[in-house]
Amino acid sequence: MVGTGPGGYVSAIRAAQLGLTVATVEDDRPGGVCLNWGCIPTKALLRNAEIVHLFEKAETFGITVQGMQADYAAAVQRSRGVADRMAKGVEFLFRKNKITLFPGTGSLTSKNVVDVKGKDGVTTLEAGRAVILGTGSEPKSLPGVAIDEKLVISSNGAVRNEAKPKSIVIIGAGAVGVEFADVYRSYGVEVTLLEALPRIVPIEDEEVSTQLTRSLSRRGITIKTGVKVSAVKPGGAGVVIETDGGRFEAEQVLMAVGRGARTKGVGLEALGVTMERGFVKVSPTMETSVKGIYAIGDMAGAPLLAHKAMAEGVVAAEAIAGKNPRPVDYGNVPSCTYCRPQVASIGLTEAQAKEGGREVAIGKFPFTANGKAVALGETEGFVKVIADKKTGEILGVHILGAEATEMIHEFAVGRTLEATVDEIMHTIHAHPTLSEAALEATLAVLGQAIHI
Amino acid sequence: MAVTKVVMPKLSEQMESGKIIKWLKKEGDRIQSGDILAEVETDKADVEMEAFGGGVLRKILVPAGNKVTVGSLIGVIADESEDINSVVAQAGGGAPAAAAQGAAAPSAAKPAMADRPAAVPPQPKSEDLTARKPVPSKGPEAPASPRVAEVVAQQPAASMAPAQPSADGGRVKASPLARKIAAQSGVDLKLIHGSGPGGRIVRRDVEAAQSSPPAAAAAAPALRPVAQPSVSGPEFEDVPLTPMRSAIAKRMPLSKAPVPHFYVTSEVAMDRAWALREELNALEGQPKISVNDFIIRACALTLLHHPGVNASFQGESIRVFHRVHMGIAVALEEGLITPVLRDAHAKSLAQIAVDARDLAERARQRKLRTQELSGATFSISNLGMFDVRDFSAIINPPEGAIVAVGAVRKVPVVTEDGLGVGRRMALTISCDHRVMDGAMGARYLQDVKKLLEEPLRLLV
Repeated sequence: MVGTGPGGYVSAIRAAQLGLTVATVEDDRPGGVCLNWGCIPTKALLRNAEIVHLFEKAETFGITVQGMQADYAAAVQRSRGVADRMAKGVEFLFRKNKITLFPGTGSLTSKNVVDVKGKDGVTTLEAGRAVILGTGSEPKSLPGVAIDEKLVISSNGAVRNEAKPKSIVIIGAGAVGVEFADVYRSYGVEVTLLEALPRIVPIEDEEVSTQLTRSLSRRGITIKTGVKVSAVKPGGAGVVIETDGGRFEAEQVLMAVGRGARTKGVGLEALGVTMERGFVKVSPTMETSVKGIYAIGDMAGAPLLAHKAMAEGVVAAEAIAGKNPRPVDYGNVPSCTYCRPQVASIGLTEAQAKEGGREVAIGKFPFTANGKAVALGETEGFVKVIADKKTGEILGVHILGAEATEMIHEFAVGRTLEATVDEIMHTIHAHPTLSEAALEATLAVLGQAIHI
Repeated sequence: MAVTKVVMPKLSEQMESGKIIKWLKKEGDRIQSGDILAEVETDKADVEMEAFGGGVLRKILVPAGNKVTVGSLIGVIADESEDINSVVAQAGGGAPAAAAQGAAAPSAAKPAMADRPAAVPPQPKSEDLTARKPVPSKGPEAPASPRVAEVVAQQPAASMAPAQPSADGGRVKASPLARKIAAQSGVDLKLIHGSGPGGRIVRRDVEAAQSSPPAAAAAAPALRPVAQPSVSGPEFEDVPLTPMRSAIAKRMPLSKAPVPHFYVTSEVAMDRAWALREELNALEGQPKISVNDFIIRACALTLLHHPGVNASFQGESIRVFHRVHMGIAVALEEGLITPVLRDAHAKSLAQIAVDARDLAERARQRKLRTQELSGATFSISNLGMFDVRDFSAIINPPEGAIVAVGAVRKVPVVTEDGLGVGRRMALTISCDHRVMDGAMGARYLQDVKKLLEEPLRLLV
């Protein structure tokens, strides 16, 4: 197993469970970008941001806070501590499952031989059965713009830097851009969010983008959409960004324009592994064009999400062990963004659902009408359910609001079981919960919402 | 509580609308689930439409002679005391108006699912349909079905069939979405094998069943009489396609082009079968048995020993059927239709004779029920009555094979003593090469031949 990110370590453990002998290769720390530099540490930072926010609005709960100090460096340190703990957790799981870790950079020299270049020279590993590649991805930049992690930083720098800038321009308003906008803004940084497409979180449902834009703008984040960046250069307060929508300057620029597969130096070209638009092409069991070589996670294509990588890791391990795994259902991968309010979705957007002339029925329910949300003081957002008009099939669900990322799984399970709106409707939802909004949105599909 | 909405059923894959030929019940009639409500004309056939719920036929919304789109509300069954105004109102006020508009009808009504919970008890229609099994007053098949189930259960192979419920009302494992699509499209879940976890029927299974053709099989060499050559009059005329001809025209290239056919022909000595048939038909009180009945029985029994031939190509897998549902091609004036003789492997020769005749007769009268038009696992096409020596038929996807039967001919045969006269018949099997190979088809045919040449085996 080359790479021990979320796809790799899960795949390694599953393979070990199935009785295979597993060696893993890692050039950073076990857990990959997700545990060390991505998902997990940013969630720690976002939790800090949320606590700051709670203190700031404590007054509305009748709680007076004096002399509140939010130390950004401490937030980053805490975040590092969380990442360390998770990485150690992976090392523990490896020991528990008798998985050997070879630190170093792995590359294939033949279809079953991996050379590991470590600190103490090269170790050669020979796989008896198969090699799984999970080398992940790295941040992309714009043409002609170098990421120096000082003036122009990527998420890698942002998650490490203990010093926060006074002002920052974030280029790209996908999940990464929006989450860092949230963190920085909560710590008082002047944030400008630039997006080339017409709306922020462009893969989400349009209504989510619209309402999230409103929420973030209200918090003082400057949002410019539909702007193309033409140049990023030192100057002004630090960096000057030229766009077709005006000139921006800030102390730093965060590049959040997406990620590209890490496939260089892995030895793919020499073995003739087929690529497809920058990613490794794989079969439904995650096997590449070369028999015995598997690829999972970000390098194997979109969506570049840890949970999709984990699911692929399990499929690859089971296929190698001679099981007959159920292929990953790419149409049923939840998408989550952990800004405030959170964004979570699964399935099709309204626009996608209507493509091809399908008749859909849509139900929407705002958290302002949900008792628990009002009690929590978290009334931003809504649940939107898109169903097939004829069969009641749940085509897509979009949630904007507190704990949206936890609530989405009701619909993920429902869709896996091929439940329709009827089954959700007949499921008693505990009162009072935010999840009642999911029930109400489903009832709204049928024109039967009660609390609105 | 119980209000059953009667909607235009989707009786075949291509069906978009149906015409009500005749209502067999009138408003105020008491209805039991399974009663025949009306006759409906589809693109393929005239089909009897069953009631899916009991009560009183309170309202007929679409009078006979009108055509409506699939899914349109055409009537309401409910108890006398039930208020059906809201249901009727959904038909868009004036029902005939909505009906006349055809495509506009469903969109004018509220989405079917929106009011379904209120209107219909949440029992899946298809379950209701099958739980009661078709109970045609004259149909000899119905009383036989529990017995069929027993026979099937005794066979070890049958126990491997996933999700094959017992006929005594065993639960069909199916996802809610699969149930809805099945109910809307008239697919019988009991006839589908589930591909989900533990044999659960999921959406793709129902969709696959929907796309399996309701009928049509043999590559019937032109059945139309040759026109008299005439010297005067127009040189040609363009005869518009009948709905059935148009369906056949659409279906057949879908088989012949993508399905790699191969053909194996074998000659069967029919002397003993012929003699046995005459002996059987001379018996008092026995149904008349045709040569085709012998062939159906022989083909069905042999399929149990050659499951690879009773199989269907499914893209990523081959579905091997453990029961034999025999499609029997029936030539009609305007084309052909292939009614399905269910569980043919579990039926005696006499039972086959009765059932096959009933199916063929009702096919000619266009009186087949939906479930008799789909679900075949294998088909037989017989052109013997046209004095055809042999021919090859087009497979009816998703079935994996079809047997084409020629006439039983008296021919000179070489015997031990010299030259004699024997009765010979040609069988040609067309096989889907994606499912099986030549030798498989040949071995199957060899065993069919053996059964027909030792026909007493067909009686035990």
